[in-house]
Amino acid sequence: MSEALKGYKGASLQFLKDMGMRVWGEAVVETTRGRFQGIILPRAENDDDRHVVLKLITGYNVGVEISTIQSMKEIGYREANYKIPEKEFPFSPEKPNVKLFGTGGTIASRLDYRTGAVIPAFSPGELYGAVPELADICNLTTDKLFAVFSENMGPQQYITLAKAIGEQIEKGIDGIMIGHGTDTMHHTAAALSFMVQDAPIPIVMVGSQRSSDRPSSDAALNLIHAATTAAHSDIAEVMVCMFGPTSDEYGLLHRGTRVRKMHSSYRSTFRTLGDIPLATVTAKGVRPIHQDYKRRRKDCDVNILPFFEEKVAMVYYYPNMQPDIIDSLVDNGYRGIIIAGTGLGHINKPVYPAIERAVKKGVTIYMTVQTLWGYVHMFVYDTGRDLMAKGIIPAENMLPEVAYVKLGWALGQSEDLDEVKRLMLTPISTEITEREPYNGYLVYQGGIPEIEDFLKRVHR
Amino acid sequence: MADPVNNYRQTQVDIGYIPRTEATPDTYKDLGFKSGLEIHQQIKTDKKLFCRCPAGKFQNEDDYNAELIRHMRPTLSELGEYDGTALMEFRTRKNIHYLIKDETACTYDFDDTPPFKINRQALNIAMRISLLLKQSLVGELHITRKQYLDGSIPTGFQRTAIVGINGQFQITNKTINLIQMSIEEDSCREVSDIGHERYYTTDRLGMPLIEIVTHPEMLTPDEVAEAGQYLRFVTRSTGQVQTGMGAGRQDVNVSITGGTRVEIKGVAHIKWIPELVHVEAFRQKALLTIKDVLIDRIGSADKWEPQIFDISDDIITPSLADQVEKGNRVIAMVLPGFEHLLSHFTQPGRIFTDELSDRLKVIACLEKPNLSTSEDLEPRLDAIDRAMLDAKSGNMPWITFWGPEADMETAKTTIDERCRLAFEGVPNETRKSLPDGTTLFERVLPGPDRMYPDTDSAPIPISDEEIKAIGTGLPEDICDRMAQMDKWDVPRDCFPYLLSRSNRYPMLSELIDTFDLKPKTIATLMAHVVKHAEGRYYPATLADDTLANLFAYVYDNKIDPALLKVLLPLAVEHGDKDVDALIRLSKYRSIPIEEILAKIPQLQEAFAQNHTSPREDAVIDYIMGEIRPFALGNIDLKTLRVAVEGDRS
Repeated sequence: MSEALKGYKGASLQFLKDMGMRVWGEAVVETTRGRFQGIILPRAENDDDRHVVLKLITGYNVGVEISTIQSMKEIGYREANYKIPEKEFPFSPEKPNVKLFGTGGTIASRLDYRTGAVIPAFSPGELYGAVPELADICNLTTDKLFAVFSENMGPQQYITLAKAIGEQIEKGIDGIMIGHGTDTMHHTAAALSFMVQDAPIPIVMVGSQRSSDRPSSDAALNLIHAATTAAHSDIAEVMVCMFGPTSDEYGLLHRGTRVRKMHSSYRSTFRTLGDIPLATVTAKGVRPIHQDYKRRRKDCDVNILPFFEEKVAMVYYYPNMQPDIIDSLVDNGYRGIIIAGTGLGHINKPVYPAIERAVKKGVTIYMTVQTLWGYVHMFVYDTGRDLMAKGIIPAENMLPEVAYVKLGWALGQSEDLDEVKRLMLTPISTEITEREPYNGYLVYQGGIPEIEDFLKRVHR
Repeated sequence: MADPVNNYRQTQVDIGYIPRTEATPDTYKDLGFKSGLEIHQQIKTDKKLFCRCPAGKFQNEDDYNAELIRHMRPTLSELGEYDGTALMEFRTRKNIHYLIKDETACTYDFDDTPPFKINRQALNIAMRISLLLKQSLVGELHITRKQYLDGSIPTGFQRTAIVGINGQFQITNKTINLIQMSIEEDSCREVSDIGHERYYTTDRLGMPLIEIVTHPEMLTPDEVAEAGQYLRFVTRSTGQVQTGMGAGRQDVNVSITGGTRVEIKGVAHIKWIPELVHVEAFRQKALLTIKDVLIDRIGSADKWEPQIFDISDDIITPSLADQVEKGNRVIAMVLPGFEHLLSHFTQPGRIFTDELSDRLKVIACLEKPNLSTSEDLEPRLDAIDRAMLDAKSGNMPWITFWGPEADMETAKTTIDERCRLAFEGVPNETRKSLPDGTTLFERVLPGPDRMYPDTDSAPIPISDEEIKAIGTGLPEDICDRMAQMDKWDVPRDCFPYLLSRSNRYPMLSELIDTFDLKPKTIATLMAHVVKHAEGRYYPATLADDTLANLFAYVYDNKIDPALLKVLLPLAVEHGDKDVDALIRLSKYRSIPIEEILAKIPQLQEAFAQNHTSPREDAVIDYIMGEIRPFALGNIDLKTLRVAVEGDRS
C-alpha cells in the first residue's frame, strides 16, 4: 500500500493514482452532484473502494463517490499531526514511585486510520499532558510491554507481565499499575493473582470503557484512582480498579480472582461476584470495605510463579451437548478442562462416557457453575454424584474464567494430578472462599418500588 | 472621574448608537454589517437518531427516575489540536448532572452504549430538505463527533454528519448561498446552572435535527429575518418537521468591519433576530472603539500589567464582609488604562464591565452580582471601601470580585484574559440571547478543531438511485408558492400561516382548484379564521380532512361561505365531531331568502318603537344583528345589508 494513499484500495486507489492525488492534499473536486473542497483523508481499510474521504473546511468529513467525480485538483497540503502534547512528568522525591505497564487497550489511545478505530498510545509525557492530576499523586514511569487489544492477551503475556512485576518489586517500586483492555482484564487479573504471590505492594489493573479520545471518557478518572491506589493504598494485592457507578464519583477495587466484566459497554461493568469489593477509591484516597486484605510491606520480597500450560480449555455446557465436544479436546491433546455446568454443576448423561474416557486418558476436569454466583454442589443430585464418580472435581465457588486460568497455571508447574488438585483447591487469593456473605450476590431488578426509590436518590 | 452614568450615555452617543427604528440600510452599510444563519430544525420521526427511544416526548424537570454525574475533559481533534472552547469549559470544573427518565432515555443517551445504526426515516427527511435547497448531496455520509464540553451531551460530543453542501435560495432582493446542511442529534435541555452544578434533562437529547448553515450574506437585520423565515417555510413545506416550542432554533452569526464573527445562540423566534443583530453590531462597534482607546493609551496588551491584591480582610461592605466570614475571598485588580472604559456603553443598559461579569459567571462559576468597579453605574460597595480601593490603586481604575477561594485563580485569569482581549477588539464568542435584544457571553466560539471522526459508526453510502427516489414528489419551491399566492391576491399577512406554521399551502391550492371561490376568501378563512381559533383553543388544530369536508359541504349545499366563519372555529373547538354535528352546533338551518327579507319591515317597526339612537346607521345595525343568526349561510351578508339599506330609503 502506498503511504501517500493510506487505506485506499481497489478502484478508489487506482482512481486517486490516476488523478495524481495524495492523502493530506487539499483538493477541489468537481462531481455530478456539485463541487466539493477539502483535505483528502486516509480511508479505513474495511470501508469500500468506491469513495474518497474529504475533510471540509468546517471540520466535517464527507465521502465522494468516485464514479461521480469529473475532475480533481490539488491546491494545498496539510498533514495531520496527531500528538498528545507531551510534557515531562515532574519528579518529586517525597512522592511514591509508581510504574505503569502498558499492554494496550483504550486507557490511552489515539485514532488509527488503518481501521478507523482507536489504537493505544502512551508515554509518561503523554499521560501527563492528558491527565496532569497524576503528577499530584506519584512519580510515574512507564514501560510499554505490548500493544495489543485485550482479546489478544494470553499466557505468554501473563508470564512476561509477571516477570516484569517481579523485577520492579525487587527494585523497590512503591506501586504498580497495568493499563489493560477491559474485555479480558479479569483473566489477566486472575493470572497475576496466581503468578505474583505475596507481593509487598499494590498491583492495580486499570482500563477504560470509553476511549480516552472522548471528552466523557472514564480513562482519566480510572487512571487517577489507580495511581492513588498504587501509590498510597495499604492493600498489597492484585486488584482491578474501575468505575463503581457509571457516574464520575468513585472507583471500586476488586480482587483479581473475584472480579468479572458484566456489561458489554457500561462504565461500571466490573463487579465483584460472590463477595464484596475490597475498597472504594477517589482522588482523595482509598477506603477499604474489606478488612482482611494483605497489607503493604516495606521489603522487596515476592514470589513469582510464571507457569502456564496452554492445553487447557473451557467448555460452556448447553443442553444437548454431544460427547464429541469433550472427545475432540482429548484427541487434540488437552490436559485440562473446565466445565461451566448448569445449576449446581451439572451436564447431561450422553456426555458421561466422554468424561470417563477423558479421565482415563489423564485429562483433569473441574466443574464450575455458569450461574457465576454460588458454589458447585455435586452431592445434591444423583447427576452430581455420578459425575464425581467419573472423576470430575468440583471447583467450589471459583469463577469459570478464574478456574480456567488457575488450571493452566497449576498444570504449568506439575504433571502430578494430585498436586494439581491440591493447588486447585487451596485458595491462593480469594478464588475460593469459605463462606458467601449475604451481600455477595446483588443483582437488583428495576421496576420494583424500593429499587426505583433507591435509584432516584443515589447517583447511578 | 466623570459620573459613570454620564460616561455610559456619552459613549453611546460617541459610537453612533441609534435604535433600530431609526436605522436605515445605510446604517448597516457604514458598519460593514454581515450576518449568516444556522437554522436548527427537529425532524418528525418515531424514534431518536441513534437509538430506539421514542422521539418528541417531553419530560418535566422534576419527573425523573435516576440521576448521574459526569465531567468533561478536552481531547484532541482529528488534526491534533485542542479546541479553545473545550479548554475554557474544562476550566469551569462543572459537575454535570443528568436527570434521566426511562420513557425518554436509554443507556445510549447517557453514553453507556455505543450508537445504533442511524435512523433512516430521519436521514431520508434530511435528504429531502437538502434537495429542496438545491444542495450537492454527499456520496457517503460520515458521522463526525463535534465536541461540546458544556455537558449538554453526555458523550461530550454531538454525532453529526454532512448531508449536502452548497445550495441556495431566494429572498426579496437577492440570492442567499448555503454552506452546508447536516443531520445531527439534539442536545439535553438545561434545567439550571448555579455555581459548579449544572443540571440537564435527557428527553430532547438524541432527537434528530437538521442544521442549515448560510454564508454571511445578509446585510441588514431585516434580511436576516427574511432569510430565517424563508428557510423555515422550506423545512415546513415537507410536513415532516417537528413544530412547537423549541423544535426550531436559530443561531445567528454577526460581524462588522474590523470586528469578528460572534454567534448568538438558540434564538427561539425569528422575530427576535433583527433587534439582536442590531444590538450586536453596535456592541462590536463599541468594543472596537475601546480597543482604539487602549492601544492609544497603552500600546499593546503585552505592555499592560494589572496589579492584584487580596482585600478580604479590609472590606467592610456588609454583604461582602459576610462572605469573607463564610470563607470566601475578595480580590481586587487594578486595571491601568481602563478609565472611562469600564463604564463604556456596549449594549443598551450594558457596559464593558458586564463583559467581565458574564465571564466570571460562566468560566469561574461566580454567581452574579460577582464584581464591583470604580465605575459602577450604581455603586455596590460602601463609600469607605471605595475610598480604600481608590487609595490602594492610586486612583487608577479597579475591579473587585468575590467568591469561593478555590475559584479565585480562575477568576483572576478570566479578568486578565478578557482585559487583554479588549486590546484586540471583539473576541470570538457565542452569546446567549435575551428577550430585550441584548446578549450575554456564553462561551468561546468553537472552531473546526472540535471535529473528530466517529469511530463507532461506519460511513453510509448514498446512491444516485436513493436520491432519485427521495427527490420524487418534492414540494414546489417556496418562492414559487409565494409568487402564486401573490397572483391569487392572497394577503401577505396570510403567508406565514399558510407556508410555515401549519403548512396549509397544499390544502389551499387543492381547495382553490376544487371550488369556485375566490382564492383570497379561502386563504383568509384559513390564515385568519382557523389560525385565530387554533390560537384560542390551543393546542387543538384543525385536520386538513375536516377542513376540506366543511368546504365541500358548504359548496355542495349551496350554503353561503360566510357560514364557514362559524363552522371552522367550531371544528377546531370540537375536533372529533363530524360535519353534521358541526352544522347542528352552528344552529344553521336552510331558510328561503324571501322569508328572510320579509322580516325587514317588522324589524324596522320594532326599532322605531323601542329605540331612540340618534345615529343614522343604528336601525341598520339593529336589523342586521337580529337577522344575522338565521341569515348566515343563506344569504351573503353584504347583499343582505344592501337590501336592508335599500328598504329603509
